[in-house]
Amino acid sequence: MLGKMTTSNSANGYTQLAADVLAHAKACGATEADIVVADGETFSVQVRVGTVDRLTKAREKRLGLRVFIGKRSATTSTSDFSRASLDRLVADTCTLAGAVVEDDVSGLPDAGHMAAEQPDLDLYDDTVLDTDTQIDWAKRGEAAAFATDSRVTNSEGAEFDSSSGRVVLANSHGFVGSYKSSNFSLSVSPIATESATGGMQRDAWYEVQRKFARLASAESIGQEAARRAIRRLGARKVATKRVPVVFDQETAGSLLANLCSAVSGYGLYKRASFLLDQLGRMIASDVMTIYDDGRMVGGFGSRPFDGEGLATRKNIIVERGVLKSYLLDTYSGKKLGLPSTGNASRSVGESPSVGPTNFYLVPGVKSQQEIIGSIQEGLFVTELIGFGINMVTGDYSRGACGFWIENGELAYPVEEITIAGNLKQMLKDIDVVGSDLVFRGRIASPTVKIAEMMVAGN
Amino acid sequence: MPEPVQLTTFGVTEIEAQQALDRVKVRDVEYADLYFESRTSESVSMEEGIVKRAAKSVSQGVGVRATAGEKTGFAYSDELTKRDLEVAADTARYIANSPKGHSSVPVPTQRRPTRDLYPIERAKAEVATAERVALLNEIDAEARRYDPRIKNVMASFNTEYKVVVVATSEGTLVGDIQPLSRLQITCIAEDQGNRQVGSFGGGGRVAFAYYREESRHLSYAREAAREAILNLSAVDAPAGVMPVVLAGGWPGILLHEAIGHGLEADFNRKKTSAFSSLIGKRVASDVCTIVDDGTLPFRRGSLNMDDEGTPTGCTTLIEKGILRGYITDKLNARLMGIPLTGNGRRENYQSVVLPRMTNTFMLAGESDPHDIIRSVKKGLYAVSFGGGQVDITNGKFVFSASEAYLIEDGQITKPVKGATLIGNGPEILTKVSMVGHDLKLDNGIGTCGKDGQSVPVGVGLPTIKVDEITVGGTQR
Repeated sequence: MLGKMTTSNSANGYTQLAADVLAHAKACGATEADIVVADGETFSVQVRVGTVDRLTKAREKRLGLRVFIGKRSATTSTSDFSRASLDRLVADTCTLAGAVVEDDVSGLPDAGHMAAEQPDLDLYDDTVLDTDTQIDWAKRGEAAAFATDSRVTNSEGAEFDSSSGRVVLANSHGFVGSYKSSNFSLSVSPIATESATGGMQRDAWYEVQRKFARLASAESIGQEAARRAIRRLGARKVATKRVPVVFDQETAGSLLANLCSAVSGYGLYKRASFLLDQLGRMIASDVMTIYDDGRMVGGFGSRPFDGEGLATRKNIIVERGVLKSYLLDTYSGKKLGLPSTGNASRSVGESPSVGPTNFYLVPGVKSQQEIIGSIQEGLFVTELIGFGINMVTGDYSRGACGFWIENGELAYPVEEITIAGNLKQMLKDIDVVGSDLVFRGRIASPTVKIAEMMVAGN
Repeated sequence: MPEPVQLTTFGVTEIEAQQALDRVKVRDVEYADLYFESRTSESVSMEEGIVKRAAKSVSQGVGVRATAGEKTGFAYSDELTKRDLEVAADTARYIANSPKGHSSVPVPTQRRPTRDLYPIERAKAEVATAERVALLNEIDAEARRYDPRIKNVMASFNTEYKVVVVATSEGTLVGDIQPLSRLQITCIAEDQGNRQVGSFGGGGRVAFAYYREESRHLSYAREAAREAILNLSAVDAPAGVMPVVLAGGWPGILLHEAIGHGLEADFNRKKTSAFSSLIGKRVASDVCTIVDDGTLPFRRGSLNMDDEGTPTGCTTLIEKGILRGYITDKLNARLMGIPLTGNGRRENYQSVVLPRMTNTFMLAGESDPHDIIRSVKKGLYAVSFGGGQVDITNGKFVFSASEAYLIEDGQITKPVKGATLIGNGPEILTKVSMVGHDLKLDNGIGTCGKDGQSVPVGVGLPTIKVDEITVGGTQR
């Protein structure tokens, strides 16, 4: 059912469109400009208790323009590509830019720094799936969850998504870049019920791949989702105390995401990060080495050039606990007196910001089971909720659920508790990194253990 | 009365809309609608004392939806030609068992919403960029004047001007113009290596002049600066179960997370909510009465009509502690056989309709707020919050304080660092023992996320005492 792009919307068509808009911006007084054109197709089907609950299909496109008039700049975007609309957009953008204040460091990257080559990073799969195939994937995933255990009594559904799209970036230095990417994913969210109390627990499992053929079977995803929901049945609160805390891959990934934003240029130059002025210093324990690799073949965060058209690359961020590099784009780099690290991230309607590409913690040697096995009493966290993170101070307090560890084993599920500390200390207290690194998104971490945190419950 | 918004705004005729609906509404499709939306968003933002950034975004499109039983078929397009409408209609009706048996939909009759909660002329909502720049400059100066330890001020002013028309297979054609704006300020205070943050903001479906009335923008700036300076002297938060007094206004986020989401009809129809089948049962102490009211003039969470064209209303969720009702959209009201409450909302034409809150608040009680504080021997007084989140199925919710104090022997004493509060939705309100007479609605900053869709909402609360809740600090 997913049709091919029509030729009028081809990369070549957008390249010409971009060139026209850039020329028009110049005629309106822009000294520099860049333009992003993105389009794509999305399909999504949600199945619930065996029948289709929701089916969504669309094509979309957007164009974003940034102009500089000297040191003043503004950004606009539209989904209307008609000549009249784009003429209005260019005029509006130049007017807006005239209304803001000059900013000395603003501007495009130097012309000589633009990405010279654009390697194919294998981000795109042209597999076309018909609607019924995608419905079938979702149905099989959910059915497998129900079949796993009779305590799986209900479902928030299973969802199969496929999307593909293209990004074209061009600027007034003459840079033109383009790449295509795709994603295929299945998620299953079963609900388990404890017959004695009627208490319900939900959990979910998902997989996402750039290539359809790499997706695990619908059945295995559904079974894992069911296993996760069932193991939460009978969860209770625990007494307030300080204990070692083990974070599974997903929750450890969220800690890594916190670290990632703390070393991103914008928070740093605004003095809104808990890791100011730490370049070259120990910010984490020496078991921590972190890379950000924009060129990983098939990676979820891979791209041949960044949001400003600079080449992406592999940067070492933390080496044995020492902060080696920030994540920077041209603007935040200039504010900090450093060159861009190729981490400009660009959403169509906004000026660039900084984002990770494939940001990961290098795995250690111990399995998750060995890490849990080494703990007398502690907490194994499998889900975190809420927004209790202060990026300026590093203060950390979040809702958690998971399992209580007794004598090296998972004794029972726990919920309605919080874990609290300060990220500055927590990063230094990570004393074990697991061996189980798997990429399921742009930020990936193996299991990690923090020596001690405050767990609040009863 | 608002001016009727015409389909011609979108370059579409009534006949074309009717033809598209005819095409969607094959025999076993029970309901279909077209949602036309045009949105202009603008923002200016400042930091380091200068207004550096200005942005504007324009989007327009149509969402086409068909429902049959529990099934929803949905497609959207950013092109509005007859052909695009037909393609979207064909996709939406895919969920029907048999794509046959045309049933002609009635010719739509244009109507307008029955009230106008935000009568703002476009010219008054959209002012020159220079005026917005001036507003932000004054904010920066005011925050720095408040205390020399304020080292950076980040302020942004965002506006959105949304024009919508909903055409349904029931023969209605109704439009609305929905202005919305928000001013948000964050201050960083720094004192001998100790850095802290404070935030404040406000807004609503208001004209630009609102922000200058009574120098509201400057009072927001002082509030953000005050919170940052106060946090310089904050001590570590306590950990464990204790009584918590919540101040009025924005702490009403408790209601939004603890019960609001759990009372959205979709979760209850699917029986995936911790509140499923609790209608008529006690879920709160008898001092608690909670409503969801989309009809308050100029408020961020208010709407003349929801995104299915249903007039919004005031729904009693909990009356003196007893669970009375759910909030619904058309699909869930029909499937559950319960009243339609005008809570069918969507983020934009690219999203499906879900039952969502508008302005959710607890009605005032009889206690004096001072007496409430005095009644606590050792506990927490929480004045301002960041975000919150809930697990609908097991009812566990969190919300995180950004300004809080210890209460010791009935007195407010030291400020404490932010901490997350965690509780169980169906249980927490049974522990509310006192409700103040000082109901306050929030300033208009709330955005609610559900299923990946963000919509503006409001909350409100009088001062209340919760006898016990788990506070996630670091100190015993």
